[in-house]
Amino acid sequence: MSEIKLATRDAYGAALAELGAADKKLVVLDADLAPATKTAVFAKAFPERFFDAGIAEQNLIGVAAGLSTAGYTVFASTFAMFAAGRAFEQIRNTLGYPGLNVNIGATHAGISVGEDGASHQCCEDIALMRTIPGMTIINPADDIEARQAVFAAAKTDSPCYLRFGRLAVPRVNSEDYKFELGKAVKLKDGGDVTIIATGLMVAEALTAAAQLEIEGISAAVLNVHTIKPLDEEAVIAAAKTGLIVTAEEHSVIGGLGSAVAELLSEKSPCRVVRVGVKDTFGRSGPAVEMLKRYGLDAKSIAAAVRAAL
Amino acid sequence: MLKITKNELKMNAVKARLAALEGIFNAKSGHPGGSFSATEMLCYLYFEQMNIDPANPKMENRDRFVLSKGHAAPGLYATLALRGYFPVSDLATLRHPDSHLQGHPNMHYTPGVDMSTGSLGQGVSAAVGMALAAKLGGADWKVYAMLGDGELQEGQVWEAAMFAAAKGLDNLTVIVDNNNMQIDGTIGEVNSPYPIDEKFAAFGFHVINISGHCFDDIEKAFAEVKTVTDKPCCIVMKTVKGKGVSYMENNVNWHGAAPNEEQYNQAVTELKTALAGLEEIVA
Repeated sequence: MSEIKLATRDAYGAALAELGAADKKLVVLDADLAPATKTAVFAKAFPERFFDAGIAEQNLIGVAAGLSTAGYTVFASTFAMFAAGRAFEQIRNTLGYPGLNVNIGATHAGISVGEDGASHQCCEDIALMRTIPGMTIINPADDIEARQAVFAAAKTDSPCYLRFGRLAVPRVNSEDYKFELGKAVKLKDGGDVTIIATGLMVAEALTAAAQLEIEGISAAVLNVHTIKPLDEEAVIAAAKTGLIVTAEEHSVIGGLGSAVAELLSEKSPCRVVRVGVKDTFGRSGPAVEMLKRYGLDAKSIAAAVRAAL
Repeated sequence: MLKITKNELKMNAVKARLAALEGIFNAKSGHPGGSFSATEMLCYLYFEQMNIDPANPKMENRDRFVLSKGHAAPGLYATLALRGYFPVSDLATLRHPDSHLQGHPNMHYTPGVDMSTGSLGQGVSAAVGMALAAKLGGADWKVYAMLGDGELQEGQVWEAAMFAAAKGLDNLTVIVDNNNMQIDGTIGEVNSPYPIDEKFAAFGFHVINISGHCFDDIEKAFAEVKTVTDKPCCIVMKTVKGKGVSYMENNVNWHGAAPNEEQYNQAVTELKTALAGLEEIVA
């Protein structure tokens, strides 16, 4: 892990501007959160291809859909709560059902929103987006992965949900990392347990695995950046360790843990323990403190492994 | 100068009602009321107003139409079929699992359908996106969106209206099918969106009030639309729900119900009589 810490939303904004220079058919929309979602970086570079829908997320998604039918590659941004939450049905019916080429750049996902509190801490978005046929869901672990995930989403011609965070997180990938959509990345080998993590929990999983190693527990770490379509082969292979602990900054209901448990219970039964937000609403507080409070850190992952072995 | 005569337009409207009715009868479900209130406007759009090519439904520079009140799909399908996008006989497969004519419009299944709709309130936003795309690319296509009057109760309609006016989308025309009825009663009884024209005007639209069953009115409305710059237009058309079938007219029970055989036969007789009258004018 590197000492460099960056928020995935920063990588998102920079990637959009980078892409926008090369692709004149790239259009970005926001809903009055451009400085926070970082689409402002694109807006500054390409004001003629940036549209602000104002505080109207349902319309944001519909306008994005309409633009995409005319051959534009569209990124539509707001906070995860207002994209997957507020505009769920618009995403389901006006993007998902027609399978349109719109990428939703959802930032400020999870508890790590911090001080804004429960109304803004979206821990349900992965669950909601997973139910939409044809939706791709990417939850990058660091800035390097986030940048390449944006490029990959732009290349697809179907709807993608990109989940970004507000908090600066450590780099887990090297500069020469190559992101492959739908392909999980094994970051560490291990024989006793596999920690399957996504988003900012990947770094925490690596820290947990290092601590467990000292205690004589050999933990593998698998980074599942693409939650849908799930890399079934990698997850089934991981089940060979006999124990899976999933880790995500999301509700334990419906997210990565559920996806893994659903797959393994059908194809390769194995005990699955889910680390995530335990069916509760968050509170206001500093992001790192909130992550600890809700058991979304290395300590909690390691404890879950110890308890299950 | 119209592409076809008013009498031909009138005949097409009756034929569209007949085809839609056959589909609904066969499917034993569907929405005749709101299909029939919109029929004249649908026929005018596809036979007269829009720059389209049934042989090339995805023509890049075509005008776009979004049926935001997607439950009027039988009316749209019948119009598209009569215009030559697919055989009128396809209407018999309406609402069948393997038919391209699903209960609500699907842009990938049905030639000529520009946007998948059905969940009310969402079509105008998509139409706004299309109009924005035309402006962005310097294209001169126009976008038309039709919504129901009950649909105006959906908040997203007004999000879209605010945005369309703010962006000065003069290539967008929103058409409100004001048949005055929704499932739970008249729109006034349920949750009144009146005054519809003043609301759209306040949102920054150029508003035109017409009768939706009068082709002269419709023709004049679109002539006026052509003169408007820098703002979107809204045509509020007064219509009769279930228009053309005596027992369906202004009867909310026909919002989403199929006729039984006896009712179907009566409706066909009425519509065929109307058609024969129009054919006589030609002869």
